[in-house]
Amino acid sequence: MSAQTTTGGTPQRKVPPNSIRGAAIRGVVARPGREAIEVKGWLRAHKWLLLRRASQLGILALFLVGPWLGWWFVKGNLASSLTLGVLPLTDPFLIAQQLAAGQWPYQEALLGGGIVLAFYLLFGGRLFCSWVCPVNIVTDAAAWLRRRLGLKGGKAPAGNTRYWLLGFVLVIAAATGSLAWEWVNPVSMFHRGLIFGFGLAWGIVGGIFFYDLLIAPRGWCGHLCPQGAFYALLGRASVVKVSADKRSACNDCMDCFAVCPEPQVIRPALKGVGQDHPLILDADCTACGRCVDVCGKDVFRITTRFNRSES
Amino acid sequence: MHGLTTNMNDKVQSTGRAAASAPASRRRFLKDAAGVAGGAGLLALGAGMYARQASALPATAIRPPGALSEDDFLAACVRCGLCVRDCPYDTLKLAELGDKVATGTPYFEARKIPCEMCEDIPCVVACPTGALDRVLTDIGNAKMGLAVLIDQENCLNFLGLRCDVCYRVCPVIDKAITLERVHNPRSDRHAMLLPTVHSEYCTGCGKCEKACVLPGESAIKVLPIKLAQGSKAEHYLRGWEEKEAAGQSLIGEQVELPVRGLEDKAYGDTRVKQGEGPSVPVPAAPSSGGLDSGWKP
Repeated sequence: MSAQTTTGGTPQRKVPPNSIRGAAIRGVVARPGREAIEVKGWLRAHKWLLLRRASQLGILALFLVGPWLGWWFVKGNLASSLTLGVLPLTDPFLIAQQLAAGQWPYQEALLGGGIVLAFYLLFGGRLFCSWVCPVNIVTDAAAWLRRRLGLKGGKAPAGNTRYWLLGFVLVIAAATGSLAWEWVNPVSMFHRGLIFGFGLAWGIVGGIFFYDLLIAPRGWCGHLCPQGAFYALLGRASVVKVSADKRSACNDCMDCFAVCPEPQVIRPALKGVGQDHPLILDADCTACGRCVDVCGKDVFRITTRFNRSES
Repeated sequence: MHGLTTNMNDKVQSTGRAAASAPASRRRFLKDAAGVAGGAGLLALGAGMYARQASALPATAIRPPGALSEDDFLAACVRCGLCVRDCPYDTLKLAELGDKVATGTPYFEARKIPCEMCEDIPCVVACPTGALDRVLTDIGNAKMGLAVLIDQENCLNFLGLRCDVCYRVCPVIDKAITLERVHNPRSDRHAMLLPTVHSEYCTGCGKCEKACVLPGESAIKVLPIKLAQGSKAEHYLRGWEEKEAAGQSLIGEQVELPVRGLEDKAYGDTRVKQGEGPSVPVPAAPSSGGLDSGWKP
């Protein structure tokens, strides 16, 4: 099927030469997204990526202008913060650990945790991973470098390891009566380090980078991180979803699979495997919108879970 | 597209086959799940063991006022740093990975920046999780640690000088630290005023440790209470306390036996002047050197 489509198919079905499949056929290193840049221009082909980086760095900047410039819009860090002196926000993952460890937090933390919980329940759990979490920049960089260097193979643990790990994190918290995971949690450590000072935490961040680059493709965010697993569980019924609503235009270039941090979520929607609508409902989808960007055929768009239409 | 449909059919068939050989696939599934769970469990176990091993607090690291007991503190603190942000004197800091304090938790080192004992205790107010207990509303009741005059060899007051700096800077002066006047046996004719900490009043703020004039390490140090204090021997009754509580001695009045040669003095007063009291042989004058320099007023 592939050879026929590349050579003799309709123009719409023609596989772009630099896409994952096109490059595989030609035996060169793929440059996913090339077609999208040609068709849509660089800016539109990086729209969601740029928005996401702006969101990640903007949130980080809000925390940093306090210690750097003395503008205290936000105090604290992602674990728990106070915005403008009134709005408490607390990571429900930490509250869950605290409760497991046998401590009942004060009202502010409960309220702040409730606000964050409600937001992600409503809009999409793993929006945290792709739009807020600073580690995402590190693992995205590793994935990008991996693609550019054409590194193949590697061994990642099973994708559900993170859910087991999430369970054990809570079990360990209960068993030791302390927030044991927070001794090693790279997510909170990285964010805290940027704001309060790193110490040796660079080692852990570097470890994740090289683990993702050399050992396990998308290993940390996609397979291990229990915090991501926690937010994925929150996002099971959330509203913001990616839809492959123009999937009929797909030319099987595979670029979306190459850039997607959770490629397994695409197939059911794009190829109609086990479902008839084009919505990506898998809670592992981080709604990062990178598939929207790199698709030269505009197959994907970010929409709501109620929009099952297809064009 | 034809190829894809065929593939899908294959898939359907293969799952059908899998259903037929259910025991084998279930065995494989269980094996995979066990492997994944085992791996995740080991990772979490490693984290837990590291956490336990790394949770010992070095003696010089002091938790903020109102901190729960160290075990509970490590269960309650989410390491957000809000206490650090609201500390007006930059006393508190969050431990970085590699510091000997549990990473991300707040602490201070008295010798660097001590606690200034703010009356409104902003760090406690800022804590959203209860790791710093809001039961503490009077900073005078804080028990961050306990000051101990740990080096009596180098403390200037113990050398007989009037340094007194730790006593002077103590925010609870004359209660938490007093100067106790004792005889200086070295000169035999001076007093020593020894800085003495009273655990009932000491908040562990560390201002004494910060102010100690010794060039490097301080002679007086704030230590965790567990390190600084022995447990109280509850099974021993303290006669003077019992007497005060009961209004009289529990064992009745004491028989006062006279001391030979001191019959005309108050009971218990054994101070004698030259030539007074029981005669004792005069010790031979020291030949040279020794403790007595021979100086006479």
